[in-house]
Amino acid sequence: MEASKVIHAIYTDDDVLMSAVKTVRAEKYHIEDVFTPFPVHGLDKAMGLAPTRLAITAFLYGCIGLVFASAMMNYIMIQDWPQDIGGKPSFSFLENLPAFVPIMFELTVFFAAHLMVITFYMRSRIWPFKTAENPDPRTTDDHFLMEIAVHNNEESLTNLLKTTGAVEINIVEKDEDAH
Amino acid sequence: MEYKISNRLRTGAIILMILGALGVGYGFIDSHSVNEDNIVEFLANESHHDGEHATEAQGVEEVHGESTDDIEKDHGHGAEAEVEGHELSHEEHVLHQLHNRPYAALYVAAFFFFMISLGVLAFYAIQYAAQAGWSPVLFRVMEGITSYVLPGGLIVLLIVLVADSHIFIWMDENVVAHDALIQNKSSWLNKTWFMIRGLIFLGGWSTYRHFSRKFSVAQDLADINDNSNFKKNFRISAAFLVFYIYTESMMSWDWIMSVDPHWFSTLFGWYVFASMFVSGITVIALVTIYLKSKGLLEFVNDSHIHDLAKFMFGISIFWTYLWFSQFMLIWYANIPEEVTYFVTRIEDYNLPFFGMVALNFLFPLLLLMNSDYKRIPWFVVMAGVVILFGHYLDIFNMIMPATVGDRWFIGIPEIGSMLFFAGLFIFIVFTSLGKHPLLAKGNPFIKESEHFHY
Repeated sequence: MEASKVIHAIYTDDDVLMSAVKTVRAEKYHIEDVFTPFPVHGLDKAMGLAPTRLAITAFLYGCIGLVFASAMMNYIMIQDWPQDIGGKPSFSFLENLPAFVPIMFELTVFFAAHLMVITFYMRSRIWPFKTAENPDPRTTDDHFLMEIAVHNNEESLTNLLKTTGAVEINIVEKDEDAH
Repeated sequence: MEYKISNRLRTGAIILMILGALGVGYGFIDSHSVNEDNIVEFLANESHHDGEHATEAQGVEEVHGESTDDIEKDHGHGAEAEVEGHELSHEEHVLHQLHNRPYAALYVAAFFFFMISLGVLAFYAIQYAAQAGWSPVLFRVMEGITSYVLPGGLIVLLIVLVADSHIFIWMDENVVAHDALIQNKSSWLNKTWFMIRGLIFLGGWSTYRHFSRKFSVAQDLADINDNSNFKKNFRISAAFLVFYIYTESMMSWDWIMSVDPHWFSTLFGWYVFASMFVSGITVIALVTIYLKSKGLLEFVNDSHIHDLAKFMFGISIFWTYLWFSQFMLIWYANIPEEVTYFVTRIEDYNLPFFGMVALNFLFPLLLLMNSDYKRIPWFVVMAGVVILFGHYLDIFNMIMPATVGDRWFIGIPEIGSMLFFAGLFIFIVFTSLGKHPLLAKGNPFIKESEHFHY
């Protein structure tokens, strides 16, 4: 696979990074990615990323959990082995509903939370034992890194990045097969 | 940013009060059209109109002397029926319920609007105590709404004073004389001590309200480097919250729970708190959106509305959590003296009781779940109206079963009372809003709040 060139611009402050992202986008350059040591509020909007659809999946997972819990309690307590608990020998799901509500609630939360995390991992393409993708270990400490693709415009791009307050600008041959 | 209550709004509020007063007056006259002389005839007539409303159908059953007698023994006015050797006849019992209705309707509406302003006062104190950065642009709106705490609370106490045993059965000496359970509680439940307590609660709340408003206005006029008024407000807000959480709880036992003097629930104070908190926040959102639509409050942005809507959403779920906690434990334990409370509500108040859960839980949950909808003013207004109606029904369900039994209806007395207090509330709140600029410009967090962005 063809190796492509990218520029790594490194910043040491999230506010400087935010304004740099806005400047670079205003100049119509394409930002490949930004690596930060912590979530920077509003960065996704500044980069022009599409809004996440994770919330919609969470709602759907919650609904699945609710249905699962209802069906489960109906099978256990009404169909398979009806029991007389606390003087309530009712064989109707609806009449026993209040007792099932806590379970329905818990499983709704359980499904929504766990499946949402798993979805997030899959969507972000991360899994156990995967080699880290971040190009510079300092981005896990106190540095911010902006990655921009280079198409024979190294000079103008470097000059632009210098004006945005980058502390370090590196041009890197990026091997697509490396990760 | 000056605001003066517009003539149209003032006229509207006065019209609401007049219409409401007419409705209330009609309710009192109408309820006394049935008396000792014609009650037998009234009940006989009723049995001809089979199934006119669901509620009347229940009444018919009673006439035939079936089933309901057992239940009657336990719920609310069961206190009356239990009286040994002083068994009330069915006619007398129905007559009491009919006569109680306009008082109870008035009381429900008065308490509902009062609790809105008290809920806002608690929210306001929390903002100060937490030194919240997002909300200071809304402080003047909140201060306007809390101006109703004192008049609203006094009216509630006044209604108690006048209505007496029409609402609070333990204020009837004949009932107490024959009821050992109420006798045991009479050192707490007696009218003098009830009134003194009520005045202490109200005194504390409105004293805090008075000084926090005073310091908030003084902070506007103070030097830019002088935050002493803000600091005073921080301190009294923290102290108020401690006072509030105790007195609010006691107020809920006194003013609401004691209408069923045999019944008690340990989380009732929280439950009422959740109701007043969510109603209060909803009204902050509604008033803010109204003022914004008038071109005022241009410093309030989408994110402030978004945050209020998040609170409406969250506290609605909190309310449901408490409602269900109270319901499920009592339902599961099934102890007769406790469960009678819910038996009455499920049998006689099925629609308002479960309808309220749908309005207060399902609607806000589904309407306000989407993040984007929380920023659309008309959407928030729609959800807010549903929430407010739901919490009116909540108070209705707390008071009515003990006072009018199965003879409830949302008719002229109830709607009239609502209109009257809505008019009074609007009049007082918006007049107070016009007294000071709408931006608390001296608050040290005001810049942060103006730039608040989610």
